[in-house]
Amino acid sequence: MTDKERQQLLQQLLEKQKTDKLKPSDRYDIPQQDMPEQDPAVRRGNVNEVATGYTETHARLEAMRCLQCKKAPCVNGCPVQIRIRDFVTAIAEGNYKEALDIIKENSLLPAVCGRVCPQEVQCQQTCTVGKKFKDPTKGVSIGRLERYVADLNKNSDSVPTVAAETGKKIAIIGSGPGGIVTAADVRRAGHDVTIFEAFHKPGGVMVYGIPEFRLPKAIVQEEIDTLTKMGVKIVYNFIVGRTRTLEQLLTEDGFDAAYIGVGAGLPRFMGIEGESLIGVYSANEYLTRANLMKAYDFGRGADTPIALSKKVAVIGGGNVAMDSARTALRLGAEKVYLVYRRTEKEMPARIEEVHHAKEEGIEFHILQSPKRIIGDENSRVVAIECLKYELGEPDDSGRRRPIPIEGSEFRIDLDTCIMAIGNGANPLIRQTTPELEFNKWGNIVVDENCKTSMEGVYAGGDIVLGAATVILAMGQGRIAAAAINEYLAKK
Amino acid sequence: MADIEAPLVAQARKPGQFVIISINNEYGERIPLTIAGADPEKGTIRLIWQRLGKTTAELADLQEGDEITNVAGPLGLPTHLEKFGTVVCVGGGIGNAPLLPIAKALKEEGNNIISILGAKNKELLILEEEFAQISDELIITTDDGSYGRKALVTEPLKELCQRNAKPDQVFAIGPAIMMKFCCEVTKQFDIPTQVSLNTIMVDGTGMCGGCRIEFDNKPKFVCVDGPEFDGHKVNFDLMMKRLNAYQDQEKKALEQYKEHQCKIEQIEP
Ligand SMILES: Cc1cc2nc3c(=O)[nH]c(=O)nc-3n(C[C@H](O)[C@H](O)[C@H](O)COP(=O)(O)OP(=O)(O)OC[C@H]3O[C@@H](n4cnc5c(N)ncnc54)[C@H](O)[C@@H]3O)c2cc1C
Ligand SMILES: Cc1cc2nc3c(=O)[nH]c(=O)nc-3n(C[C@H](O)[C@H](O)[C@H](O)COP(=O)(O)OP(=O)(O)OC[C@H]3O[C@@H](n4cnc5c(N)ncnc54)[C@H](O)[C@@H]3O)c2cc1C
Ligand code: SF4
Ligand code: FES
Repeated sequence: MTDKERQQLLQQLLEKQKTDKLKPSDRYDIPQQDMPEQDPAVRRGNVNEVATGYTETHARLEAMRCLQCKKAPCVNGCPVQIRIRDFVTAIAEGNYKEALDIIKENSLLPAVCGRVCPQEVQCQQTCTVGKKFKDPTKGVSIGRLERYVADLNKNSDSVPTVAAETGKKIAIIGSGPGGIVTAADVRRAGHDVTIFEAFHKPGGVMVYGIPEFRLPKAIVQEEIDTLTKMGVKIVYNFIVGRTRTLEQLLTEDGFDAAYIGVGAGLPRFMGIEGESLIGVYSANEYLTRANLMKAYDFGRGADTPIALSKKVAVIGGGNVAMDSARTALRLGAEKVYLVYRRTEKEMPARIEEVHHAKEEGIEFHILQSPKRIIGDENSRVVAIECLKYELGEPDDSGRRRPIPIEGSEFRIDLDTCIMAIGNGANPLIRQTTPELEFNKWGNIVVDENCKTSMEGVYAGGDIVLGAATVILAMGQGRIAAAAINEYLAKK
Repeated sequence: MADIEAPLVAQARKPGQFVIISINNEYGERIPLTIAGADPEKGTIRLIWQRLGKTTAELADLQEGDEITNVAGPLGLPTHLEKFGTVVCVGGGIGNAPLLPIAKALKEEGNNIISILGAKNKELLILEEEFAQISDELIITTDDGSYGRKALVTEPLKELCQRNAKPDQVFAIGPAIMMKFCCEVTKQFDIPTQVSLNTIMVDGTGMCGGCRIEFDNKPKFVCVDGPEFDGHKVNFDLMMKRLNAYQDQEKKALEQYKEHQCKIEQIEP
């Protein structure tokens, strides 16, 4: 569809609406609006955002596809119950500010979530339009619309109002999405809030993990700027458990309550031969070097090096794997393989990322997994030996279990191998906070209010849920903040 | 060497721990340096480093009063201290710096301290004075014989192991190759040996796994499981190779930095 056709269609529909309401059939006839994107061949060579965003015409047309269902099943698909139908309707009517206000009732990071939420398994999975076309990706493009209204508001100076100072002090540990949202909500109630962050930059995984081409760092920075304008203090290079313990913060430093949002942050390896060879990375290390430390500018200012790879294999099938593979391309790799032991259908990555990765030329090796990693005499990786797999019966996660095929070994030559097979819970807080209750996976145990076993201590995000999502971390942050505000009001 | 203001770190640190610093917030590399000493009253920590590549050179070019943008710590597990009896502390080159606070603490625990300090030559020997104060016996070796005994540290170490009352514990800190050979010596005599490893790091909190080594054939993260380990179980050969992972790129970065510095000097003589 050309821009002109799009505008004409919108005009026609607006005319029609004046006389009578659009019928569902009219709405089904509106073609789904794809997001304008950088050309795959071009974007492989830069770190700029891949999807460039809707225009107003795109947004209104897409919003008009919404049937405005009475029961709005999309809302139940959303982990924080954004009033999706209402904000989409507002966009269809051209009321963008209203749309954003509706979203902000439940979500504080729309510009982030619009970009990184796995909508096809959340709101879009339950969308009636998607059901009609028997494909959740053909439902109303809720994430793109969310991003559109959030981006319109970019660079606005509006800062949430803060209640009168209460004199109560709250420590927020970790500046990921959970920490950011909790900080905002408890600061609004007038408390004195300090965020403690181990790294030298704020944002958690949104900054060190998710790459620039998918989530521009400027967006996260803007959220942080809003926090500082509200009067939230941020202390960097502060590792709770090492610089001070949680106990010290609460008993010696006068904090009345704390939120723990330290994320997952412990890379898993496969436990196979050769994993310590040079050129074998955890995705965390690879992405941190590339994103946070800006290794893509090594020799042009940045001091942190990263492998100069020609052939790369990434092991895994989630967002982390896609991000690693696409980062490797942008760092100049000629061939990038994605090795996953199930099939594309079971991949936990967002559909859009899978699609983008393929467009950019990542080669998918499905139903394969490395058995050992092979190095040369200098201990540099030169190949992986893989086994082929087939799918058996469904396992606990409901996905069909991959079973290795005996004798199917084969070799993939490469110079870099990135392990993107998930993250466990970092044990630092556990080791230094004996009073806190953890489960057997090392995750903090909380109740429905995100309260931990320690008085005044709340927790949320990946350290509670295991590696999860931005929106779930944010949702827990809001629950924890409400509980903290209530707790301090009584105290 | 420099004393750096970092009050919280100065208060919390224990012997054996380190900090991660970086000089430039956008582009700077994060490098680990051992806390060689601290003054909790003044709120300062002492760092001692060797000019190796770009970041350590940049650090050396800072003037008194300049700010180091990021200092994070203290990181790593503190040294396990107890009264072992006779402890041999072997330091090689810049390794004397991280060794000193450990030796001091061991002395305070009531151990009999024998120190062996090795250096390439007399000029490169550091902290002799400080070690003399806390050692019951002090042995100096240099590679070229310009000071002390002309030998590698492993020679006197072996002699000590052969004594009738053999040492109860050895701490060896220095270049990987030195620690490797020290461990080979002490293994023959079955003397427990702690080493402090200096792998390449990024975050220092267990998040990236870049600092991993093979220990007893299993992976361990130096920044959180160490930096000190039972040296007899460390795969030094692999560790040494991993230390050179970015050699070519580091060389380039240092050359660029030097060129840049020269140009500045030409402009402002
Ligand atoms: C590469 C990658 C891609 C992803 N893609 C997506 C996606 O597309 N969509 C999606 O929804 N989710 C995605 N996720 C998951 C999502 O990013 C996480 O679920 C989410 O960020 C978790 O938020 P959190 O609040 O728990 O904290 P995190 O974002 O994990 O941040 C925790 C922060 O705490 C700090 N910290 C840790 N320990 C300490 C300590 N002891 N003291 C002080 N500070 C500490 C850390 O430095 C960090 O800044 C992705 C994750 C990765 C790694
Ligand atoms: C726990 C620990 C404590 C240490 N304590 C001291 C100390 O007290 N004094 C001291 O002089 N040195 C110490 N080191 C080593 C010091 O970190 C490196 O010399 C420094 O990072 C070199 O940086 P560069 O940019 O100057 O050199 P580069 O040119 O970047 O590298 C030179 C060599 O240093 C090593 N190196 C490079 N980058 C890193 C990195 N990010 N982390 C660790 N090693 C790296 C590599 O082996 C490399 O080949 C310690 C290392 C560790 C892990
Ligand atoms: S389910 Fe889909 S069509 Fe129905 S209200 Fe929600 S977004 Fe609109
Ligand atoms: S430095 Fe990243 S895990 Fe040790």
